[in-house]
Amino acid sequence: MKLWHRYSGLILPVLVVAALAIWPLVTGKPANRESAFTILKAVALASSLNMLLGYTGYVSFGHIVFYGFGGYVGIFLLTEKDWSLWTAILAGGIASGILAFLLGSAILRLRGAYFALATIGVNEAMRAFINNFDLFGGPTGITLNFSVYRTYGGAAQALQTSFYIGAGLALLALVMSYFVRSSKFGLGLLAIRENEDAAEVMGVVTPNAKTWAYVLSAIVPGMIGVLFFFKNGNVEPHDAFPLHASIELLVMVMLGGQGTVLGPILGALAYQGMRGFLVTSPVFKDIQLSVSGALLLAIVLFIPTGAIGWLRQRIPPLRRVLA
Amino acid sequence: MTILLSLQGVSKRFGGLQALMNVTFDLPEGQILGLIGPNGAGKTTLFNAINGVYPPEAGRIIFRDKDVTNTRPYDHARMGMARTHQIVQPLNELSVRENVMVGACFGHENQGLVNAAKIADEVLEFVGLTPRADQLAGNLNVAQKKRLEMARALAARPYLLLLDEVLAGLNSSEIDNMVQTVLKIREQGITIIMIEHVMKAVMNVSDRILVLDYGQQIAEGSPEAIARDEKVIEAYLGDPKLAEQLLEEE
Repeated sequence: MKLWHRYSGLILPVLVVAALAIWPLVTGKPANRESAFTILKAVALASSLNMLLGYTGYVSFGHIVFYGFGGYVGIFLLTEKDWSLWTAILAGGIASGILAFLLGSAILRLRGAYFALATIGVNEAMRAFINNFDLFGGPTGITLNFSVYRTYGGAAQALQTSFYIGAGLALLALVMSYFVRSSKFGLGLLAIRENEDAAEVMGVVTPNAKTWAYVLSAIVPGMIGVLFFFKNGNVEPHDAFPLHASIELLVMVMLGGQGTVLGPILGALAYQGMRGFLVTSPVFKDIQLSVSGALLLAIVLFIPTGAIGWLRQRIPPLRRVLA
Repeated sequence: MTILLSLQGVSKRFGGLQALMNVTFDLPEGQILGLIGPNGAGKTTLFNAINGVYPPEAGRIIFRDKDVTNTRPYDHARMGMARTHQIVQPLNELSVRENVMVGACFGHENQGLVNAAKIADEVLEFVGLTPRADQLAGNLNVAQKKRLEMARALAARPYLLLLDEVLAGLNSSEIDNMVQTVLKIREQGITIIMIEHVMKAVMNVSDRILVLDYGQQIAEGSPEAIARDEKVIEAYLGDPKLAEQLLEEE
């Protein structure tokens, strides 16, 4: 009972991810597996971004840079250095973490809109750099040799394995998010979000706390990047660093509820559901990004705390479960 | 008598404004030092200097035998200094208890979450905020927010507590309450510097008073001596009522 209480905030998030992982197995359709993978990827990325945006209060418009950079590093090691998928994924995560550490030490001194602008700059600079970086294939990127998949039991089996790794990474992201949220470190982050100067006066070592939050929020995106481009078969600069994907992530986190564990997961589900509908609808298919822009505007204006925040405010008993 | 805090010729300038000029004093452990002066005299700036928010351009600040002139506010907090703000700074979207836990977790005792929650409940009881523990800090009224500031500072179990106008904006019964609280804090062995405009209260509570005017330290001494000091009366002459209040204390 006590254990149940202690981790009650983790139950719903884990159930949602488990349901997503089982869904294609139950229905038995490969198309469902692809949609589920897209959602799991969104869950992992949104939950990671939430540690920076929702807990620490720093808006990053360029979080996708970690996905792209980690992806590039992993795929490079996989193709050129013959690393296994597992170690490449790990290396992608570590590479993104290191990038975040270096970037964070420099740009986390900025606050508010200035930090947000700097993150856009970082993403664009990285894209331009990779475009001209011959080791990573320049503008054409890196293409995986088809024979790579043989190690993993052929292409079909490799896709299947990738799907389960994706589910594992989504789970990792939300477990990280949960434990950060309920730790002392997390309390320091929330204090920074609410009032950075007051937090500093109370003894929160703000430069370190912010940098570690940034590093933690970058690791899983780096790993997901490797996995996605492995599955994709190639990686190119414009696929790796799409600015609009960063903004879509913001919409997901804010739609579900920033600063909560469950919020970004629901946000990712709802957003991907809506996107799936929009891109297949004849009316909206060309303007689906405008719809998400309008959605972001509506959230900021009417429910700034997101769906979960709204529920928590209105029904206090739910607070324990909707951590 | 151990000296807890020592300021030696501390000066701070903001552009053309000399906010602090050569401020020098020693604060023995266990005392309450009252810091008074007309508006804009540099009282809060002095707190910000002691606290590490604005490092001074000249002079040295020694806290518990360590030079803290140029260290950051979080270093000061970890060494056992805590403060309240003149303009309250609650962490609005966190509960009252969580606000106080931040103080306990990151102050000089560096408590874990479980202990911090216990300390928070004790301190909230002490300042009389227990019924509000689970509310969001943003929903408190001003008097409660001032108590919250105090609770957060106390939860750190500091050696030195800087109180910046904790009485401002309170009604007379709230002031009496708060004065009692301050005296009880001293009984726990915590050294206090308090900035205050409510003269009656600060004269009653302080062991010693330091008067600032235009960044200069114009007088220092016991409350009785300060009330008779001509320079102090002159500094307050722009506000005759305050001068009268000072004299009434005799």
